[in-house]
Amino acid sequence: MTSNSPSEKRLEELREQAWKDGVVPGKGVDVAGGPIPRKPGYYGQPVVKPPVWTWEIPIYFFVGGLSGMSAVIASAAVLFHHVDLARTAMWLAAIGVILSSVLLIMDLGRPHLFINMLRVFKHQSAMSMGVWILTFFGACVVPGLIALELHTLHLFTGAMDQLLRIAAGVLIFGSALFGTLLATYTGVLIGATAIPAWFLHRLLLPIHFGTAGLGSAAGLLELFGHRIAPLNAIGFFAAAVESALLVWLTIDKHGAADRAIHEHGSGWLIRVGEILTGPLALVLRLFGFVPFAAFAFLVGALVSRFGWIAVGKVSGSDPESVFAAERY
Amino acid sequence: MIGEGIQSSNQRRHSFVQDHVEVGFFTDPTVCIGCKACEVACKEWNQVPDDGFTWSGNSYDNTGHLGASTWRHVMFLEQDCAKGNQIAGPMSLDQDPFRWIFLSDVCKHCEDAGCLEACPTGSIVRTEVGSVLVQNDVCNGCGYCVVSCPFGVIDRRPQPLPDAGGAFKCTFCYDRQKSGLVPACAKVCPTESIVFGRLDDLRARGAERVHQLQQSGYNDAQLYDPTETSVRGIHAFFLILGEPEAYGLPPKPQIPTIYLKSAWTAAFATAIASIITTLVAFAFFS
Repeated sequence: MTSNSPSEKRLEELREQAWKDGVVPGKGVDVAGGPIPRKPGYYGQPVVKPPVWTWEIPIYFFVGGLSGMSAVIASAAVLFHHVDLARTAMWLAAIGVILSSVLLIMDLGRPHLFINMLRVFKHQSAMSMGVWILTFFGACVVPGLIALELHTLHLFTGAMDQLLRIAAGVLIFGSALFGTLLATYTGVLIGATAIPAWFLHRLLLPIHFGTAGLGSAAGLLELFGHRIAPLNAIGFFAAAVESALLVWLTIDKHGAADRAIHEHGSGWLIRVGEILTGPLALVLRLFGFVPFAAFAFLVGALVSRFGWIAVGKVSGSDPESVFAAERY
Repeated sequence: MIGEGIQSSNQRRHSFVQDHVEVGFFTDPTVCIGCKACEVACKEWNQVPDDGFTWSGNSYDNTGHLGASTWRHVMFLEQDCAKGNQIAGPMSLDQDPFRWIFLSDVCKHCEDAGCLEACPTGSIVRTEVGSVLVQNDVCNGCGYCVVSCPFGVIDRRPQPLPDAGGAFKCTFCYDRQKSGLVPACAKVCPTESIVFGRLDDLRARGAERVHQLQQSGYNDAQLYDPTETSVRGIHAFFLILGEPEAYGLPPKPQIPTIYLKSAWTAAFATAIASIITTLVAFAFFS
């Protein structure tokens, strides 16, 4: 190593600084008071690994939740003869499932090997279960939408049309079942990990993700012009549950173990998301500003998903959160 | 043992893979000299890319932490307490005590492994010798193992490194073991601080070593092998001086699958509640 290599230069700088000030600030340098490290754990290094997931995953959580719960609304709309609403909701679900698959494949380190996801069926892996839920959901939604469209357009008559009607009914009902799981399993996915701020809230996460999905689906359908009372009622319900979850999250604190939820930028994302989906959406709906409430809920649901991934990154990089979580 | 020459379990050829014998690593920091030969041997044999040439300032540790391109990591701990009855400098034991500890960290090859359970492709498997192996050609880089490891060992290798996108960690030199060879790190360790061998032999040896050290004044010597937690013990276990936190080791590591039951219960409850709410909304608010 030559004397003008970067590390040697840095060493010289540190020596000069130490000589002048007696203290050297900066990463990994703790010479004040001696060589004994005072950072938590091993030089403050993370104990568990923070998630490697990038922007695709929070958007997938948002789109998947919306898509899954759209199918639930579609099946109720079919049952109660809101055919127009059922069509829009099924289109949302179908576009959502395609977008979800694209986002999931994009996030893989090796997208060309995505098909390996379907090699095994592992009930103990929430990721494996999620892939299968998405697969079955897609297998119901896309043919369900085609059958529904063919039936409503009356392209066929007689027995063929009857068959399409039954097929649409069965497939839309199937979409609803897998759709609710698609919207809620994501909470299990991040709740059953080694990241303290996530696993400490494994009960809240599926409730939050499911409710956010339901409210987003109702909200987006309202923004598409379906201003009907049942969707407003669903919007009220989702905003009320989100408000309750905000209270739960505020009360259920675990100190250093989940401080990523209450501090840092990640904490702000969570708070902003929860206020938009909870109290704000609720108040706007109470005063009859339905489109604004729907819009606030959608933005909040998206921000909150980014918030939870950010929480995982902060909590996973914080050794103290892991040590503190072991008390719970 | 040192002195056994080629009869040492670190040097002998073996047939553990063929005989389906559980093997392990016992890593003892009290005889480690911090030479990092294990890191070098691991990188050379497994052709692992470099992990950056940055100067950390954390004692002599410029490696940082285990990851996709770091499968052995020698830790350098500087602590203000005595190491057994050793006296640092010309003073007495209680004056400015200091100890320097080196410990070679590695994948723990858990009895119940979080990464293995989480892997949705079946890429991560349990081998004949009880180690946990990532099959590189199957892994599609979903990243779920990364957040499922309670020890923060496995990671996804970023672009533009060779084989980027896949998850990597210590393979326990499965390829070498299949041919009757000892893992590269243990083979090269000049003080046999890393010992490779039958797991039950190593556990007995570890217990004996702790006893021996405590007799010689190392009062805080203990084994790090969390058999009481849901991980149910590790196949690469360590002797440590002091508390595990100082080594960045979680005192009570848990396999994340123990959280599945409560999380799925919440998910199913939410799923049912969503369907009921939607039906009620359409039935009573139309």
